[in-house]
Amino acid sequence: MALPPPDPQFVLRGTSAAVHTLHFSCAGQEPDVPILFSGSENGFIHVWNLKTHRVDMGLDGHGRKSVYCVETMGGKDRLLSQGRDQRICLWDLAEGRTSVTDSVFTENVGFCRCSLLKVAQGRWLMAMAAKALEEVQVLELPSKTSVCTLKPEVGAKLGMPMCLKLWQLNCGSQPLLLAGYEDGSVVLWNLSMGKALSQLVCHQEPVMSLDFDSEKAKGISGSSEKVLSIWSLNEQQNLQVYKIHKLVNPGISDITIRPDKKILATAGWDHRIRIFGWKKLKPLAVLDYHTATVHCVSFSDHKNPSERLLAAGSKDHRISIWSIYTQT
Amino acid sequence: VCFLTDGMDCSISFVSHVLGKVCIHGRQKEILSVLVPRLTDLTKSDCIWQRICWRLVECVPDRWMEAVVLGFVQRAPGADVLSRLLGNLVVKNKKAQFVVTQKVLLLQYSHTTAVLQNLLGYLSLDSLRRALLIKVLQELLETWGSSSAVKHSPPEQQQYISKAILICLSHLKEPEIESCRQELLTSMMEGVKCHLDSNLPQIRRLGMIVAESISSKINTDGPVLKFEYEEDDEARELKSLLVQTQPSCVGPSLPDDDRSEKAAAALPLLLESDKKSQTAAPGMPDEESDAELDSDDDLIPYDMSEDKELKTKAPVYIRDCIEVLMGSEDVDKWEATVKALESLIRKNPAATREVSVELAKVLLHLEEKTCIEGFVELRQRAQVAVLTTDPVPVAKYLTSQFYSLNYSLRQRVDILDVLVLAAQELSYPKSHGKTKHSSAQKPCIQVIPESDSPKDWRRVVDERIKSKTRRFATGQRQVELASSPNAFSSVAGHFFFPLIQHFDRPLTTFDLLGEDHFVLGRLVHTLAVLMYLAVNTVAVAAMGKALLEFVWALRFHTDSYVRQGLLSCVSSVLLSVPAERLLEDMTEELLETQSWLGDVVEKDPDGECRRLALQTLLLMENLKKKLEAVPS
Repeated sequence: MALPPPDPQFVLRGTSAAVHTLHFSCAGQEPDVPILFSGSENGFIHVWNLKTHRVDMGLDGHGRKSVYCVETMGGKDRLLSQGRDQRICLWDLAEGRTSVTDSVFTENVGFCRCSLLKVAQGRWLMAMAAKALEEVQVLELPSKTSVCTLKPEVGAKLGMPMCLKLWQLNCGSQPLLLAGYEDGSVVLWNLSMGKALSQLVCHQEPVMSLDFDSEKAKGISGSSEKVLSIWSLNEQQNLQVYKIHKLVNPGISDITIRPDKKILATAGWDHRIRIFGWKKLKPLAVLDYHTATVHCVSFSDHKNPSERLLAAGSKDHRISIWSIYTQT
Repeated sequence: VCFLTDGMDCSISFVSHVLGKVCIHGRQKEILSVLVPRLTDLTKSDCIWQRICWRLVECVPDRWMEAVVLGFVQRAPGADVLSRLLGNLVVKNKKAQFVVTQKVLLLQYSHTTAVLQNLLGYLSLDSLRRALLIKVLQELLETWGSSSAVKHSPPEQQQYISKAILICLSHLKEPEIESCRQELLTSMMEGVKCHLDSNLPQIRRLGMIVAESISSKINTDGPVLKFEYEEDDEARELKSLLVQTQPSCVGPSLPDDDRSEKAAAALPLLLESDKKSQTAAPGMPDEESDAELDSDDDLIPYDMSEDKELKTKAPVYIRDCIEVLMGSEDVDKWEATVKALESLIRKNPAATREVSVELAKVLLHLEEKTCIEGFVELRQRAQVAVLTTDPVPVAKYLTSQFYSLNYSLRQRVDILDVLVLAAQELSYPKSHGKTKHSSAQKPCIQVIPESDSPKDWRRVVDERIKSKTRRFATGQRQVELASSPNAFSSVAGHFFFPLIQHFDRPLTTFDLLGEDHFVLGRLVHTLAVLMYLAVNTVAVAAMGKALLEFVWALRFHTDSYVRQGLLSCVSSVLLSVPAERLLEDMTEELLETQSWLGDVVEKDPDGECRRLALQTLLLMENLKKKLEAVPS
């Protein structure tokens, strides 16, 4: 007899707007409090204290335009946020400050979340959708110098980039970029040459979100249709479809693989969060709490495995926090 | 009949006289069936024989020329043969020219397509004759485009002319088209307008096909006129006339060619997409055989039985439905409501009666917000459901709206359709289960609703009688049709009389007797059906009298669809009103109608009208006999 799915451990209320992005920062030592950053449609970034379940700080840096991406850069004191005001802001949050130290004007009016990758101490690569329709620009932070601009070839008709993921096999190797586009294809880019290594048509509809496991060289992407597509990267750096998983209801807004690569979570337009095993994509649970489409899911980076959490932000203004499969 | 050979100078005029005399006496078939094949063979290669043949026909006296020429045209196996046999007769002889260019094409219409092909092909084969071809085309187009011709000439003649036009077009060469492009364009525009204005779908379709063909001829590059109509054998046959099998003619884009081109284009596309999908889905479950160390097994799945498809629920109460339909922004909910509405109405008659008029109003104005399959049918069924649940107020509302300002033709025709369907439902006994939907449920404008001819009604009536007799014969095995009061009888008057009331009062946007004769036609047919369904009701006699007066006022209407409807009205009066009442109340009207029917049978240009009138007269005769048979 299968157990009924668990209830959320707790629910964070108080954003008063749809939640578009979440990011945990729980790896700090005591007395650091575990923190959850959330970006909402009203332009606010809320810093949630996961011990008290209350908002510690509210950051207003995007002119009340929706914030759709938040990432930390090495700890909870440096925050990067991306909003619909066409800006990417870098925040300094140490010692209670809330100031924007720097910003990048992207001139891009899309919804593509940027992707961060730490390449060296104090140096980051950030991939973001650029001003021109099909291009992706990679900047080095904090210097904001452009590393390369990735242009698809003429006539490729990929459409807008919808989601990006920078990764490298291990520290020191070549950083690569996986980009999902509007026409349903995923392209693997080589940054140093600025060339596409491989392109794979995974979906008939735009790729809404993707995530990649660099150890297994396997990735997963979701779109607005009813399938999840799992693809792999072979030795020749070619993408191949590995498996297709059919869903009950169409539409996936976000996919994320847990850092221990055991499970993954998808955020669906049908208000449900689905948990799958990563090895074989075995469906494990369907978490049905929200009453509107779930925009984002995120796993926490707790050092202690039993404390690990999953957070989901939805259009119904709530963030649900779940503790699921923490024993493995 | 044997001929002199060996190039002697001989006079053939005697033979011509004989030929002409025989033909005019009606023996064309016999003599020409022997003559034409022989001449065909002889003239195939021999120039002398050709000249002999030409002399032969040229010498036929004028008064017999028509018969001879007609005979040749009908018998010749092909246009080139005709050309060999007749030569340039049409150019040299005035009578022959008249016969070929005017009489056969414009004044007669009984000839087959092959004859037309022969004739027009013959005209096109010689440069001297081509001028005639152009002239012929112009005259044909003039006739085709004249609105009085479209209205008054029988459909068969119109089809004949259309065929002739298409064949002419197929023979025209580029430079000729260039020279008369402007004329073609103007006549096409005028002609299309008259044709589309007609109520008969056949005429409309003819107009569309010819206009498309003309347009494709004059705009060989660039956008071409394209109509949507039902492709059936007739349409295909007409379109096939556009191309000639002879290679000398300018080949237009055959519909067949188009299709094969498209098929060929579709194939490479299919292959391409196949290849693409192949690259996208190789190496599938090969990986499954590589059994990886599965530590997933210790992750126990939770119960996922609740995970079902997300469906928006339709509201359960009628008032909620009205709210959703009136202003909801939630399109999923709106869609679900539209789909669920009919069954909700039928399950909650009491609740529906409270809000029936409001619901009818909302449904009448309901526009398609999102693309639902079968939206028109769903809306119509909901309207019928409302009308049958609460007939009197809703009928009052609908009939008043029929004559109100600012409704589209579609809405007015909708009202008529809904009234008919509801009347049908109300008048059939309830135990029939689902009401027998006749094939006319489609509110599509192309389809003429209901099999309105008395013959089909006869069949329905006969079926009813048969079912009753069967009951007696098989005793208990047949389930007895439970009799219930005819729900239509109390409301028939409410459906019927308001529709008749204002037909002659024009409004700014709606003029039944003027431009909107299409709606008038539908109205007349609706009245006929309502009359028929009112059999055995109390109001039937009054309805019959009113209907006969209505018919009398409109009997000379120019539109044949309207006239057909009027004739069905008369038949339904005769079928529904009990004979005694007919005699008592309506004797004068019946006599007048009878004389009118006689007139229609003889003089009406439309074949369908004549047939209906004949059947109605037969009905009247039967009625009279029945009454006379009853001993007074």
